[in-house]
Amino acid sequence: MSLSVTLTINHVLQQVELDDPRVTLLDLLRERLDLTGTKKGCDRGQCGACTILLNGQRVNACLALALSHDGAEILTIEGLAEGEALHPLQAAFIAHDALQCGFCTPGQIMSALGLITEGQAGDDPERVREGMSGNLCRCGAYRGITEAVVEASRTMAGAPQETAA
Amino acid sequence: MNRFDYVRPRTVAEAVAAGAQPGSAYLAAGTNLLDLMKIGVARPARLVDLNYLAGLDTIEELPDGGVRIGARVRNADLAHDLAFRRRFPAVAEALLSGASGQLRNMATTGGNLLQRTRCAYFQDTASACNKRAPGSGCDAHGRENRLHAVLGWSKTCIATHPSDFCVPLVALDAIMEIEGPEGWREVPLADFHLLPDATPERESVLAPGELVVALRLPPEAAGFAAHARYVKLRERTSFAFAVVSAAACLRIQEGQIAAARLALGGVAAKPWRARAAEAFLLGAAPAEAAFQQAATIALAEARPSGDNTFKIELARRIAARALRLAAAGTPERLPALPASPFAPLPGGLHG
Repeated sequence: MSLSVTLTINHVLQQVELDDPRVTLLDLLRERLDLTGTKKGCDRGQCGACTILLNGQRVNACLALALSHDGAEILTIEGLAEGEALHPLQAAFIAHDALQCGFCTPGQIMSALGLITEGQAGDDPERVREGMSGNLCRCGAYRGITEAVVEASRTMAGAPQETAA
Repeated sequence: MNRFDYVRPRTVAEAVAAGAQPGSAYLAAGTNLLDLMKIGVARPARLVDLNYLAGLDTIEELPDGGVRIGARVRNADLAHDLAFRRRFPAVAEALLSGASGQLRNMATTGGNLLQRTRCAYFQDTASACNKRAPGSGCDAHGRENRLHAVLGWSKTCIATHPSDFCVPLVALDAIMEIEGPEGWREVPLADFHLLPDATPERESVLAPGELVVALRLPPEAAGFAAHARYVKLRERTSFAFAVVSAAACLRIQEGQIAAARLALGGVAAKPWRARAAEAFLLGAAPAEAAFQQAATIALAEARPSGDNTFKIELARRIAARALRLAAAGTPERLPALPASPFAPLPGGLHG
């Protein structure tokens, strides 16, 4: 079997030849395609820094073998903004100071996008916190993160925005 | 991670043929297996990738009123399936209390049942572990073992099974459907996992090449929908394995318990069904005295395997709380923190 995968990454169809079956989606993105926005934190599914959308669902790219996902559609942090226009989540993270060092931020934002798409948390801060528990932030910016996700959730639902507390 | 051969079967028959070769491991999501491969605990010579199999990915209502869940159904898809959640709310609550949103989107039904223990000595290749290296000893004995087993453990191994999902499943008499080189068979989940005894490396009844293809819940399991809860105590609020957990399911008729199911998690090498406690509850009034007594019965055989005497009392209290919550009724919507002891009780009481 040829070790190649065809993936649609950030709306662009790409065929990637692999020289080794051990490559994860995370290593493929970072090391083969220079998409280094997706971060490698723990590499064991515990920190969420590598969160991407895989066929529209948030997953840990570090625990996904690239060969298992031939034909998949992938969205990373690089594919979120439209030109210079930030995605509502990116804008909300800035507005709410939802980061300090920024290492976990791409994973936080992709996880938040997945959470909002899942539609289970809405704009309830407690459900947002629980829904975001797979993303660790060592700077402890959780309050801002929760506020940003709640606000973006409202923006994306088209509801009138409330002033941040 | 070791090098491995990679095969991509399209049918269950092809998968089983490849899986029966020595050194093969089945790869579903990989949330547990790839992790163990990265730390050198799992070193399969061949990965049999199940992600291209046709089927095994649906939730099927059965004519008899039961449900059949394909082994490749993702944890999140099952927990959020409205019909499933309505009929088996404790199973959905257990699923949503496990891992993280990302992992639940990946992890499969079959993979959850077969996940390996989180014992630190199992995960550390420099430590002695009879499960990882049979005959090497058990470094968990006498060392850091406050989260280890209090039921069903042996001198060779005191590890626990980490699954939340399995706890309500075993309470509800789930049945595994298995394909293998010798054909199809089914095994009750209660008999699927093995206690360590002298062979802790054998964790389930699966023979080489056997593949879990589905699990079924019998029609009776849906009869508990109005009074079914899962409660899980963790060392942090979310995204942590259970210190102890309990699934409680009741059928209440005319002020009496007409049927009771109780199972415990985090206490043994398998999801622990508390049948003696269930028998005690039959015919009792669904009230605090009965719940306390049932929980005491459920832990009657428990013994510490190390610095974990506290887990016995914790498990007893969590079991009693699960029964109390089940009696209060399944909430219309799961709490923001599914299964958390910090979630408020329905009716305004604080949990």
